[in-house]
Amino acid sequence: MNILSQHNFAQADMTSMHLENVTVDFPIYNAKSRSLKNQVISLATGGTIGSNSEGHVVIRGLENISLSLKEGERLGLVGHNGSGKTTLLRVMSGVYYPSGGNISINGKCTSLINISLGIDPEATGRENIGIRGALLGFKKKELAARQAEIEDFSELGSFLDMPVRTYSTGMQLRLAFSISTVIQPEILIMDEWLATGDEGFQHKANERLHDLVNKTKILIIASHSKDLLLNNCTRIVWLEHGKVRMDADAETVANAYFGHHQ
Amino acid sequence: MASVTAQKITAWEDISSSVTNFRLAALLGWQDVAQRYRRSSIGAFWLTINMGVLIGALGLVFGTIFNSPMSEFLPFICVGLIMWGYFSSLINDGCTSFISNSDTMLQLPIPFFTYILRTWWRNTIILAHNMVIFPIVLLMFGKFVNFNALLVIPGFMLVSLNLLWVMVVLAVLCTRYRDLTQIVQNIMQVGMYVTPIMWMANNLPGGARSRLMLDLNPFYHLISIVREPLLGGTATQLNWLVTVGMAVVGWMIALLFLNRYRSRITYWL
Repeated sequence: MNILSQHNFAQADMTSMHLENVTVDFPIYNAKSRSLKNQVISLATGGTIGSNSEGHVVIRGLENISLSLKEGERLGLVGHNGSGKTTLLRVMSGVYYPSGGNISINGKCTSLINISLGIDPEATGRENIGIRGALLGFKKKELAARQAEIEDFSELGSFLDMPVRTYSTGMQLRLAFSISTVIQPEILIMDEWLATGDEGFQHKANERLHDLVNKTKILIIASHSKDLLLNNCTRIVWLEHGKVRMDADAETVANAYFGHHQ
Repeated sequence: MASVTAQKITAWEDISSSVTNFRLAALLGWQDVAQRYRRSSIGAFWLTINMGVLIGALGLVFGTIFNSPMSEFLPFICVGLIMWGYFSSLINDGCTSFISNSDTMLQLPIPFFTYILRTWWRNTIILAHNMVIFPIVLLMFGKFVNFNALLVIPGFMLVSLNLLWVMVVLAVLCTRYRDLTQIVQNIMQVGMYVTPIMWMANNLPGGARSRLMLDLNPFYHLISIVREPLLGGTATQLNWLVTVGMAVVGWMIALLFLNRYRSRITYWL
């Protein structure tokens, strides 16, 4: 009895993600549905366009995706444009609730798809740390404790008191990167490796990102780079037309996918 | 965000976690106001000046038309215009609360009511700036508020509760039906003329029809529970009953509605 309940507790405490027959349909209300009614066209890129029972155009973004991710797994996503990578990342980060099937996510999940989201160009760097930090779910105290670390890492010095619009693109990226990578998520979702500033900073940033990726319990990254995927992932899912074309260890899928495309 | 984001999030969970984390909504709402006026030297007090000029001009014109004593009419139109400005920008901005936050909504699973609270807080900050005019107008005529003014506190809370549920429903509907925003704007424009803002209820010819025109207008009740206390009077029992009733029924509808459509909202963005 005791052992059993302990076991259950441990199970519940483990970071994991389960997708069961997840289907995502996007209703498109402003497209002309007449020409598409009652026919289903499969295109070279993108999901399947069809129509639903009310006659609206529907784009099927994902179809019957079943995946189980356990703690320690590093999942790569590959597929050509419009194959459903971003949609799947959004389902996994809890933005899209699947229109069919089930998803359960156990663990604190953070997506670093666009690290500049929420940055206000008229506000100072320091103010932006507060805004972006709050968006990422930091409590005021937690953020205050990390403030100095973020400021140091960004190497922006006295520019932190200047409006962000006065920053160069590289400086803006540094700021966004410094704030966004102090998070300690259990599940980390990324769309490509984060690009950052000049060479000196790049090295430091890569180190930090590697550190973050290594600490996170589950990593999900979509990428078009074979090296990146092979270096960071243990498993790769190849999406095509919103369906899983291949789901296996990183090496096998990478060879099949990149071999197939080159 | 949440440690367990499993399964569907109910409307109740959404709203309670938004309220618990009000700091985020307040920060974003404050940012909205600050952003607009950051490069201006007197900042958001431009709003106060604009409103003051409007009150002065309309007060003189309509006060003269209705032959009302200025010492009575100007404070009346002052509170009326400021509160109407608050109502209409809350409702109009409420329609686009989700649409204007679509970038964030498509990336971070922040509870949706946060965006409604952001809109509410932004407009409440603007309201606070505008309210500065009211004591100035009172002083001009050597008037003061009396103890009834304390009733403005429950009045304001009721007004906010009512507007917030309307905003929830409209935000969902307007995300799905984009034309609705225009219709709502239209209604709010007309609403300003059918509600006693620029005219006083006693300017109406007496009789059942005038009474009905007032009592069937929800905005009349909403504005009364904040305006009357500030002008030294009290709102009628009917005003309070209607606003309490609307808040209770409205929130029940809004919760059911949000619960039903919450998971579809991001698909409509």
